Amino acid sequence: MIEVKNIEKSFGDSKVLKGISTVFESGKTNLIIGQSGSGKTVLLKTLLGIHAPDSGTIEFDGRVYSDLDKDEKRELRTEIGMVFQGSALFDSMTVAENVAFPLRMFTSDDRAKIKERVDFVLERVNLVDAHKKLPSEISGGMQKRVAIARAIVNNPKYLFCDEPNSGLDPNTSTLIDNLIQEITEEYNITTVINTHDMNSVMEIGQNIVFLKKGLKAWQGTKEEIFRTENKDIVKFVYSSNLFKKVREAYLKG
Amino acid sequence: MLIRYLSQVGKYFLMLKEIFNKQTKWPVMKSLILKEIDDLIIDSLGIVCFISFFIGGVVAIQTALNLTNPLIPKYLIGFATRQSVILEFAPTFISVIMAGKMGSYITSSIGTMRVTEQIDALEVMGVNSLNYLVFPKIIALLMYPFVIGISMFLGIFGGWLASAYGGFSTSQDFISGAQWEFIPFHITYAFIKTLIFAMLLATIPSFHGYYMKGGALEVGKASTVSFVWTSVCIILFNYILTQLLLG
Repeated sequence: MIEVKNIEKSFGDSKVLKGISTVFESGKTNLIIGQSGSGKTVLLKTLLGIHAPDSGTIEFDGRVYSDLDKDEKRELRTEIGMVFQGSALFDSMTVAENVAFPLRMFTSDDRAKIKERVDFVLERVNLVDAHKKLPSEISGGMQKRVAIARAIVNNPKYLFCDEPNSGLDPNTSTLIDNLIQEITEEYNITTVINTHDMNSVMEIGQNIVFLKKGLKAWQGTKEEIFRTENKDIVKFVYSSNLFKKVREAYLKG
Repeated sequence: MLIRYLSQVGKYFLMLKEIFNKQTKWPVMKSLILKEIDDLIIDSLGIVCFISFFIGGVVAIQTALNLTNPLIPKYLIGFATRQSVILEFAPTFISVIMAGKMGSYITSSIGTMRVTEQIDALEVMGVNSLNYLVFPKIIALLMYPFVIGISMFLGIFGGWLASAYGGFSTSQDFISGAQWEFIPFHITYAFIKTLIFAMLLATIPSFHGYYMKGGALEVGKASTVSFVWTSVCIILFNYILTQLLLG
């Protein structure tokens, strides 16, 4: 579980996060949604420790991030898996080497054990024939799956995903969403996903945090999002006719 | 403006400190060092050999053409070529060229990793990205004096060929000149400079790549800025070291 308490973050005169407090639960897919410029990415990067908050605290299962020393922070980061928007795979490494990287860096496992684990996670993300390919030789959807495999290979406690569906076709998007949800539930991971893909919200939104202008404007589940009367979220989620009709159908039962 | 430069210098020294913190596991580091030796040292040999051989030849020809007084002995062509190549051409001129070749490679490869979030990925995993990316380059460039040694040899060899076979002096005169008044400390001086330049070549381009902001266009700009600053630092350190060691 990740508990965020009153986080504030400014860049120069611009205050991006204005006192956000929320809880991201373990074993659930926690989604951060909001318009561009609402502070989603800054919140995610603050959770990851890439940005230091100006005030407020972030607790990883009771461990206050700002109270940890440099080594403890690095140690904590080995418990984190991250799927970047552009996958961020290492260009010079093959798919298998990318996935094996965290194991080579942080475990004393021998080659055979690492290979066994890499084979297992690549099979788990339905990539059995791509071991020796370079990231440039596979499609965007496959790159995302490799990034997920790399993020989970070390059995992380926390999984962060930044726009995991951006640039993917609807089929692959659904595949990635389902994969993330299955992995989250299977390994009881605290998963935080930054997205503005409404399909993902409807598909896997077990705990949704809606940001508006740096403030938490709403929080709830995908079922609650159908019934909410909150004007901001209704305007944001149901901006397309398709989702308006989905909502009407849901409310009619 | 001055404060901005000073802050950059401070940031550079903090980066140097961080490079030596929390070392990457040796089996991983070993493969990174070998890869950097291949990319930075072995891949540079071709261009270094080509330039050294021909510039050595040109130095010999230029010297010969300027020695118009018949009272000046021809062996001075060999002497001047040796001194020019060992003292300045091989360590300094080649390093400035390497600031363009190795430097732009280092800045663009690290800068691209920054733009594509690969450095963020390393940091999020708990890897000391500066140690992972820059330390192997520093170790690989400890072999840089080997490149400069080859450059010295080929520069003098090119001078000898141009001089002897171009009809500017006899082979014997050139070889006598190349051995005349030889001071072994000049070699030491050249290699001390080379090691300092190697450190600059590994770290200044890394600094510009690591701390760059923006997209693909900025990677190109960072490479150019890195080349300018690496060259400026090499020239400045060349002056300081010459004053300290020979002055």
